[in-house]
Amino acid sequence: MTKLDAKIPEGPIAEKWTKHKNEINVVNPANKRLIDIIVVGTGLAGGSAAASLAEMGYNVKAFCFQDSPRRAHSIAAQGGINAAKNYQNDGDSTYRLFYDTVKGGDYRSREANVYRLAEVSANIIDQCVAQGVPFARDYGGLLDNRSFGGVLVSRTFYAKGQTGQQLLLGAYSAMSRQIGKGKIKMYNRHEMLDVVKVDGKARGIIARDLVSGKIERHSAHAVVICSGGYGNVFFLSTNAMGSNVTAAWKIHKKGAYFANPCYTQIHPTCIPRSGDHQSKLTLMSESLRNDGRIWVPKKKEDVDAIRAGKLKPTQLKEDERDYYLERRYPAFGNLVPRDVASRAAKERCDAGFGVNKTGEAVYLDFSSAIMRYGKEKATVDGIENASDKEIRELGEGVVEAKYGNLFQMYEKIVDENPYKTPMMIYPAVHYTMGGIWVDYNLMTSIEGCYALGEANFSDHGANRLGASALMQGLADGYFVLPYTIGDYLANDIRTGPISIDSPEFVEAEKVVKDDLNKLINNKGTHSVDYFHKRLGKVMWDKVGMARNEKGLKEAIAEIQQIRKEFWEDVRVPGSVDGLNPELEKAGRVADFLELGELFAKDALERNESCGGHFREESQTEEGEALRHDDQYAYVAAWEYTGEPKDAVLHKEELEFKDIELKQRSYK
Amino acid sequence: MDLTLKIWRQKNREAKGEMKSYPIKGVSPDSSFLEMMDLLNNELIEKGEDPVAFDHDCREGICGSCSMYINGEAHGPDRMVTTCQLHMRKFKDGETIHIEPWRANAFPVEKDLVVDRSSFDRIMNAGGFVSVNTSGNTQDANATPIPKEDADNAFDAATCIGCGACVATCKNASAMLFVSAKVSQLALLPQGRPEAKRRATHMVEQMDHEGFGNCTNTGACEVECPKGISLENIARMNREYLSASMSSDS
Repeated sequence: MTKLDAKIPEGPIAEKWTKHKNEINVVNPANKRLIDIIVVGTGLAGGSAAASLAEMGYNVKAFCFQDSPRRAHSIAAQGGINAAKNYQNDGDSTYRLFYDTVKGGDYRSREANVYRLAEVSANIIDQCVAQGVPFARDYGGLLDNRSFGGVLVSRTFYAKGQTGQQLLLGAYSAMSRQIGKGKIKMYNRHEMLDVVKVDGKARGIIARDLVSGKIERHSAHAVVICSGGYGNVFFLSTNAMGSNVTAAWKIHKKGAYFANPCYTQIHPTCIPRSGDHQSKLTLMSESLRNDGRIWVPKKKEDVDAIRAGKLKPTQLKEDERDYYLERRYPAFGNLVPRDVASRAAKERCDAGFGVNKTGEAVYLDFSSAIMRYGKEKATVDGIENASDKEIRELGEGVVEAKYGNLFQMYEKIVDENPYKTPMMIYPAVHYTMGGIWVDYNLMTSIEGCYALGEANFSDHGANRLGASALMQGLADGYFVLPYTIGDYLANDIRTGPISIDSPEFVEAEKVVKDDLNKLINNKGTHSVDYFHKRLGKVMWDKVGMARNEKGLKEAIAEIQQIRKEFWEDVRVPGSVDGLNPELEKAGRVADFLELGELFAKDALERNESCGGHFREESQTEEGEALRHDDQYAYVAAWEYTGEPKDAVLHKEELEFKDIELKQRSYK
Repeated sequence: MDLTLKIWRQKNREAKGEMKSYPIKGVSPDSSFLEMMDLLNNELIEKGEDPVAFDHDCREGICGSCSMYINGEAHGPDRMVTTCQLHMRKFKDGETIHIEPWRANAFPVEKDLVVDRSSFDRIMNAGGFVSVNTSGNTQDANATPIPKEDADNAFDAATCIGCGACVATCKNASAMLFVSAKVSQLALLPQGRPEAKRRATHMVEQMDHEGFGNCTNTGACEVECPKGISLENIARMNREYLSASMSSDS
């Protein structure tokens, strides 16, 4: 029954990709003109794939729900993109990037895919510079690098705090060129609502024109899903409001296995929730942990006084503060990996030490760094006997040069000056490592249907390192899929155009229309957000940073109940004809309500702690995550059979031939 | 906070729109402007009325989707922020707030506060790129050093989010700030230099074709731009355009 063949090429890991590229089929240029490819999503993965495929000669139809392909949420990535260029001469190499990524993923990713990712990483930087992406440079005119968590080299390329924006605009400009040439037909404000299979192969999609409301059939020889992650299942996350699981979930329901849905990255440094009005959470870059010290008060009475507004954090003396990361992890201190930092913040807040009204916030304090930089600057400037006030002013200038845009963003949102009082931060859902199962060629378990970028599962294991998401999206779209898809399409050169009048298209369109009408005609009492918020609360409380058997079982039952109530009682205003943002949301939340249950089921099944997945039953005496490689060194790929509770588990055993499995330690 | 909202309502592109008044109570000063709109929409939905359509996505000031003209200013009264980053503490309790869509012939209204900005995409399609294919065989990224100042200026121009506030603000609905930011970015970099003239010519032609107005150098666009894109870009583009129109190799 199991169909999980990862199709990993034979041979030594360093030769697999080259060998594979040499051996797979290619489509000759004249024949590429006879082949259509649909790309859903225009972020880094979709944008780069659409542009590259069109350049090669295929006819591409690209779809995005936003009003322009330039608005996909890759644009919000701040910090940078990793590449094994070794420009800093610090001993970086393809192997080292590969090793760091596998280890950072807590040994739950597929070695061969990660090695290929590291291998093509250097090409990405070359390609982006050639496109006119303005990366940061030093005074010699060469590219600058910064460091990120979990690694010992400096390999992160960046464009201030807007790296994602610059890379996405690069991919968008490459797309624009092909749109101008007519090789990409762009469908803005269109949402894919189902995939169409003919003779077992993905041959098209059903999409809704979000402006006219018209349901359209689009055919192609292959369908490529680049629709991003599903962090919005938690309602509050750092994702964009429109980020959704719908495209991925629809292909799952048609036969694509969903892998490791429980692997979610909860980012430690986000601006805390301020109240029930909140619609999303804002990330503060990981780079801040280089200079900020994280703490909460030692004494409960100080916490109460701070919450009541009677005490300011700056009034607490050093020995009244608990720098809990430095206390628990003296070796890595404030620079432990994301999953470890997030759990430690939760532990303190659960124990009652959270420092804002909601009890869910810790301090990120720059005063030590400000004074340290101030002293250095005073020395450099030759100022003798500088007063504390002068030193502080000098130091604030240095910190502003490094993090000015982030401090400004914080002040706009929180209305407090982070130069004068510590920032408040709390973990938030940020990225999903899980996603559609794909083989080495990035093909899903539906023939002719591919998944790229955050939408697939393969490269980050159970935890993603900083600056690796941009790398993976562009690697998949620029350098992997354009080759591997040819192997499949080489058999399609005589197929001819795919008809949209086949019974399969007619049936799929009917199902989509019926579902939309059902939502509109429901006329219940509560808005879509009402249900989405309830789902998010269950996910956060019971399937969030720490999970246990009892909570997960409760979560499954509660999600089933919310889903039932949603279909009985949701109110979607307006009609199916014309622009209707509430209808769009309703469809997406309906899918989240199914995915959420599978997510909890996957977390329940995996009775170990690894990366972003922490099972309270599986921890060391010191409360650290404990993996069970003997039982769980596999990818959990779920097959849809009707209801999330009935999903069937297929296991892809993970083999580590080139890296030794170790328990991570940051003490 | 209790407020009165006067909002442009328009059913679709063909319909005639009008301003409608909505009272709203209990708005937290800590909420963002769009969260205030969420609150209004939830009330409208539960009352059985049609919620207000508006564009938004990232809600952190980078995607360029949100596009409201608030009390006569693009993205409202605060500076260097998009509507999604504008917070209600910038308004007073009891205030009346006027909310309209971007107004420009090249940005037709789709519904309520949602406009069609695909004209920006078409300007990009006309030349907003470097003609280089994906190959994996481009030269090494460090083979051509780029002076830091050029790279930094190119970056500053490249931070444009394509929201259209410049067009909405301009009395002529000119798209010069948007177009010049892309022309500048690529003209400043050696990779974009070879087709700089051709790019400027094609993008300006498309801009005119889309029905954007002329630039009369009032500088209003720079003031309202949430990303602080500089007027210097317009001067730089004019130089490119002029030199292209005076030479034959454009």
